[in-house]
Amino acid sequence: MTDIPVPPTLDAPLLTVSDLSVRFPIRGAFGRNLGEIKALDHVSFDLAQGEILGLVGESGCGKSTLGKTLMGIQAPNDGSILFKGQQIAGRTPREARELRRTLQYAYQDPGASLDPRWKIGKSLEEPLIIHTDLPRAERLEKVREILTSVGLPAGHTELFPHEISGGQQRRVGLARILMLNPEVIILDEPTAGLDVSVQATVLRLFHDLRDTFDLTYIFISHDLSVVRLMCHRVAVMYLGRIVEVGPVETLMDSPKHPYTQSLLAAIPRINGPRVTENFWLEGEPADASKLPQGCRFQGRCPHVQPLCRQQDPADKTIGDQTVACHFAGELSPPTAKKRQTA
Amino acid sequence: MSDPLLTVDAISLGFHNGGSFAHILDGANLEMNRGEIMGLVGESGCGKTTLASAILGVLPRSALEIKSGAITFDGVDMVDPACHAQQESIRGRRVTFIPQDPFTSLNPVFTIGQQIEDLMKWKSPRRPLGQSRWPSLLHPYPRARRKIDREKILEMLSLVQLPRPDQLLKKYPHEVSGGQRQRLMIAMALLPEPDLIIADEPTTALDVTIQAQILGLLRGLATDRGVAVMLTTHDLGSAYEICDRITVMYAGQDVEVAPVDEFFNRPSHPYTSKLLASRPEGNGGMMGIPGELPSFYAPPSGCRFQTRCDRATEACQMRPPSNLASPNHIVRCFHPLESTTPATEIPAAVLKESRG
Amino acid sequence: MNVLKQLLSDRAASLGAAIILGLVLIAILAPWIAPYPEDVTAFHLSERLQPPSAEHLFGTDRMGSDVFSRILFGARITISIAVIAVGVSVVIGVPIGLVAGYYGGFGGGFLMRTSDVFLAVPQIVLAIAIAQTLGPSVENVILALSLTYWPFWARLVYAETNTLKKQTFVEAAKALGASDYRVMVLHILPNTASAIIVRTSIGMGATILTAAALGFLGLGAPPPTPEWGRTISEAREYLPEAWWYAAAPGLAIFLVVMGFNLLGDGLRDILDPKLRKGSR
Repeated sequence: MTDIPVPPTLDAPLLTVSDLSVRFPIRGAFGRNLGEIKALDHVSFDLAQGEILGLVGESGCGKSTLGKTLMGIQAPNDGSILFKGQQIAGRTPREARELRRTLQYAYQDPGASLDPRWKIGKSLEEPLIIHTDLPRAERLEKVREILTSVGLPAGHTELFPHEISGGQQRRVGLARILMLNPEVIILDEPTAGLDVSVQATVLRLFHDLRDTFDLTYIFISHDLSVVRLMCHRVAVMYLGRIVEVGPVETLMDSPKHPYTQSLLAAIPRINGPRVTENFWLEGEPADASKLPQGCRFQGRCPHVQPLCRQQDPADKTIGDQTVACHFAGELSPPTAKKRQTA
Repeated sequence: MSDPLLTVDAISLGFHNGGSFAHILDGANLEMNRGEIMGLVGESGCGKTTLASAILGVLPRSALEIKSGAITFDGVDMVDPACHAQQESIRGRRVTFIPQDPFTSLNPVFTIGQQIEDLMKWKSPRRPLGQSRWPSLLHPYPRARRKIDREKILEMLSLVQLPRPDQLLKKYPHEVSGGQRQRLMIAMALLPEPDLIIADEPTTALDVTIQAQILGLLRGLATDRGVAVMLTTHDLGSAYEICDRITVMYAGQDVEVAPVDEFFNRPSHPYTSKLLASRPEGNGGMMGIPGELPSFYAPPSGCRFQTRCDRATEACQMRPPSNLASPNHIVRCFHPLESTTPATEIPAAVLKESRG
Repeated sequence: MNVLKQLLSDRAASLGAAIILGLVLIAILAPWIAPYPEDVTAFHLSERLQPPSAEHLFGTDRMGSDVFSRILFGARITISIAVIAVGVSVVIGVPIGLVAGYYGGFGGGFLMRTSDVFLAVPQIVLAIAIAQTLGPSVENVILALSLTYWPFWARLVYAETNTLKKQTFVEAAKALGASDYRVMVLHILPNTASAIIVRTSIGMGATILTAAALGFLGLGAPPPTPEWGRTISEAREYLPEAWWYAAAPGLAIFLVVMGFNLLGDGLRDILDPKLRKGSR
């Protein structure tokens, strides 16, 4: 494996998240509190300069909530977010906005972040108007520069979003985020709903932009094969908790948490054994408002032990990986039967 | 092989929109045998959903124009309005449907039980065929048949591994999860004991672990009962998982038909090979296909892939005939790939290196 | 530009637009095109209640004045009532709807419940009460109509804002650091514009109808004013013999209200973004 990049150093992380929790109360009639959903439950991780961190998990695992909390769209109940050494959790919106200038969020379809009634040039100029005192001529200069760098002709400034194709809208949406010279971009499901032939182009664009602008990405996705191609490290989330973190190759080649093992096994592998014929994981994720005592994966785990029903496992470090499982390192996925070739 | 269950023969159809005509399917062919699982694979806009709806006969009639071609299901013409009565007895009974979106395909104001019972009232395999004398609201549901049907429903719900079926029937659709709803959809598609199930992207809305469960279930039940399944999907992985044969469509034309192993290892059409090379996993890296789908309002004549194909020549102005790349492997291309491995093989390292 | 072209290709909408354009022209040019401009105030008792003829297109009224000329002048009053009343309603209703929809919460709820109170009382009853209290005059009719009409715009903009604020582009603008004022005025408001335009066109028709009703009840302008509703009210005594006396202003009201409604429907078809997307 000579192509593994030198892992970015974590000595001075760009972003440090510790014990971040977000809880959504469930309100019944007359505002009665019926309980709460733990959307994020003591989430901690570091992000190094220049790194691409993958955040994977199934729908409802809290990965989008995490992205929105980092951006300040969602307020955390607990925990801290240190960005370049400064605390950004719990600040007033105005202060946090200034601190977050170099932290940007890319929507699943960046094209949808464009106002349909604004010309593209005007949409691209907006971040500069809000955050800088640049004179108009310089702003327009910058707009043209960024537009070219995402591979679009500068003449597009005079068009409306509906006059260009969906793929081009996506590029414009990204250009808008790049206007403020961000350092970290949170990409929220950037390839969901894309055809594979288009997906490749979009992923390549992310790569090129990262090289050009020296970016750090948090790459939220449910598609593990894309994550494997794009990321340095992966964090796997299950029901609001990061259950496993590690370098992408190690984590994907020898997953330690039974959930990661199942998730990886569920991906169809062409010319490999058919997973559908012997997929061991049964049932669906537990109700996030009624998490059981102990490990949150106990209901689906093929290796469940009495200990798992009593105690929520602490994070264990095994090599480069951190795993939230009592038996991490001792478990291997149930072996799949070899498929009989038709 | 001699007696295909379903034949789609060079169907050409489109929709009138204002003054213009969107030519969606251009001479699409498809043949399905009894009991086989066929993957209808293609990217969004390739016409796979339109083809599935055409077979089901649920295309909007007001704007539709069928230019030529035929769809025959077990000897019955599914296009000719003259065969309306026969078509009606096939739809929902011998051909059933699993929709893409399990969230919107159940009526939120009725319980699941009411909806399944209503399905069985009309489409139960035990209901005698023929036109009813009764207006549909007053139509009787004989007690004896209702009892058998109910047993069958409960049996089927446990077969699709839904927990506590009798309680589930009393629930409303919003009270069950997406995965359970899709299991329910599979049960409802199997209950009329059909010969063919058309599954339109049945797992696109689901998570990957649920997808593996659902696909496995679909394959297992279909194989046990000898039901043919037409799985339309854009996900090559799901197609690999459960299909026997795969038909690839591009912009309303079928371009290649091959048994599953041959399809993934020896693709013959340039589009197929590029599609396989676009997959993020495997050793194809991420090639992508430059260019965009041609407009349905002004498609190129002949092979519609010519605008993005690096092998295109003058000859491609004509629709290529069906050639055999090997027995059972049909390819519609004048310049098919000769080699036995994907021609565009790029080491995975190429992309990884740029990550540095 | 495009909107105009599409409007002209829609037969009903262009008819509506033509009627309204005609109304505006008539209102402006009334002194020049009316055959007897002095008849707005002057009377010729010898020519009372004459049926329509070449000389008097719509006959004459109880004072012997030319009905046709008075109708033309009436267009001025109708237009000014409609434009001012609707204008004031838009100016009051739109910001209230925008703020209430954008911030929501208690303040937004309070504003919307206030508008509900206004909506709960039938518009005409409220207008009558106001006009009655303040005395009959054109100004009071405008005031009454404005006060009763703004909740419609507030409701409309509230609903639109509520949908728009959840759209990705609004959230993205906020994530970018745009201020609330910026988001509301530069992003949300322009996107509600088409709905406001459509509502305004249809609202004009409704306002004209209400204004005529108030005039008919004697709550509008005092007697010599050639207001359409008031003219119908005067004509009641002479029905059915002098049918032209009531029919002419009735026809005028009918045409104008229909014109605004046709235009409004046409605009809705053109400006509705969902329909526009479908046709692309």
